[in-house]
Amino acid sequence: MTREAYHRAIKNLQDEVLTMGDMVAIAIKESVESLRLRDMEASEKVIKNDAHINKKRFDIEEKCIFLIATQQPMAVDLRTLASILSMVTDLERMGDHAEGIAKINLMMCEGPPVKPLIDIPKMSEIALSMLTRCLKAFVDRDVEAARAICHVDDDVDALHDRIYKELLMMMIANPKIIPEATYLTWVSHNLERIADRVTNIAERVVYMVTGKMEEMNVSRY
Amino acid sequence: MEILIPDQIVNVINLSLYYGKTKALKEITLDVSKSKITSFIGPSGCGKSTLIRCINRMNDLIEDVKIEGEIKIDGCDIYAPDVDVTELRKRVGMVFQKPNPFPKSIFENVIYGPRVLGVKNKSVLKDLCEKALKRAALWDDVKERLHVNALDLSGGQQQRLCIARAIAMEPEIVLLDEPCSALDPIATSKIEDMLVELKKHYTVIIVTHNMQQAARISDYTGFFMLGKLMEFNVTTEIFTNPREKATEDYITGRFG
Repeated sequence: MTREAYHRAIKNLQDEVLTMGDMVAIAIKESVESLRLRDMEASEKVIKNDAHINKKRFDIEEKCIFLIATQQPMAVDLRTLASILSMVTDLERMGDHAEGIAKINLMMCEGPPVKPLIDIPKMSEIALSMLTRCLKAFVDRDVEAARAICHVDDDVDALHDRIYKELLMMMIANPKIIPEATYLTWVSHNLERIADRVTNIAERVVYMVTGKMEEMNVSRY
Repeated sequence: MEILIPDQIVNVINLSLYYGKTKALKEITLDVSKSKITSFIGPSGCGKSTLIRCINRMNDLIEDVKIEGEIKIDGCDIYAPDVDVTELRKRVGMVFQKPNPFPKSIFENVIYGPRVLGVKNKSVLKDLCEKALKRAALWDDVKERLHVNALDLSGGQQQRLCIARAIAMEPEIVLLDEPCSALDPIATSKIEDMLVELKKHYTVIIVTHNMQQAARISDYTGFFMLGKLMEFNVTTEIFTNPREKATEDYITGRFG
């Protein structure tokens, strides 16, 4: 492989991470939407598509390992490949969380949820916006943008807190809804974890650009 | 940005070297740490071999060379008028790119230096030979055939023999100018392992074109370009997070 081809391969890997990011974003969006609409078919589609996300992760990993083995990357190239390896692990897990939400939809009883879904879609929206901003920071090599994302995670945590307390109060008042309400706390927890994983990716962006490992988000959960 | 080198044994201070009118080294300043491996990397013609050859005054042998600045070993300027160059080269051994054993036996090669310096006692010479060959990780390969011609050894063994020949003089510093460039990967890895062991007893300075080799074995790395020291730092920093763009461009293969 010529040096030019090698650098092109790294650039292509970056594009593949963006593609994987899009796949994950769609999974998150559709999982929450399918729950909101209680659309089982859409949830099944999310579950099925998770295999594509997993495969994409392995493809990217293999390409990274190939470049490391054959090209001995150094400095920014090494940091980029190491960051990509870590990022795809987080993206893959985010896909699993989306799949988890879709599975919860299938497990829940028919009919509308025990409470109207307002904060859960809001959490999903914030987490998705964090992901989009994070991937942009990755492409732009924008450290400040990456750092800023971690602050937004506090909003997701706060929503998770609120949902959890609200559902807890509802369960105390009406124990019959415990199974259904517990499912919703799991959904909220999945979304909270998704946002945390975005902050992991943001940390990798900072490392890729600066070479410094920084813990930027200490999650409360 | 300057880094603080602990336990300094060599100080290169504002060193410039001219081949005639060509300035091959430009105001180089760096410190070498004792019992560590320091590697010099950079594209061909960047001055790294020229610098290493200054440390035992090998460039004195080249006509029309002018040197400005200082090199100190243990605080003493090696270019001071009263310095005995033979004595200096005893303290600072050197190994070259291509193995260059003398067409003599393995034993004679190793004890060549001590014998020239007047060591005659056979048992002392034998001990010196064994110690040097062991440190050069060659003893087990050749202990049964010390009297065969050194040219019968493989390339990698010949190079380890040259290292044994250098360290038989009990130097403080060993300079190696691309010692593995003519060797296969197995011989290279044996030499690398040996150098890592060797630094327990000696200070090692190595010029290499093989960046992975510098990354694998050295504690400090200097990157040179067009006669200038562009960056000098601990090796892990140079290869994971260099401060200078030129270093980054070179080690990532964007030029050179």
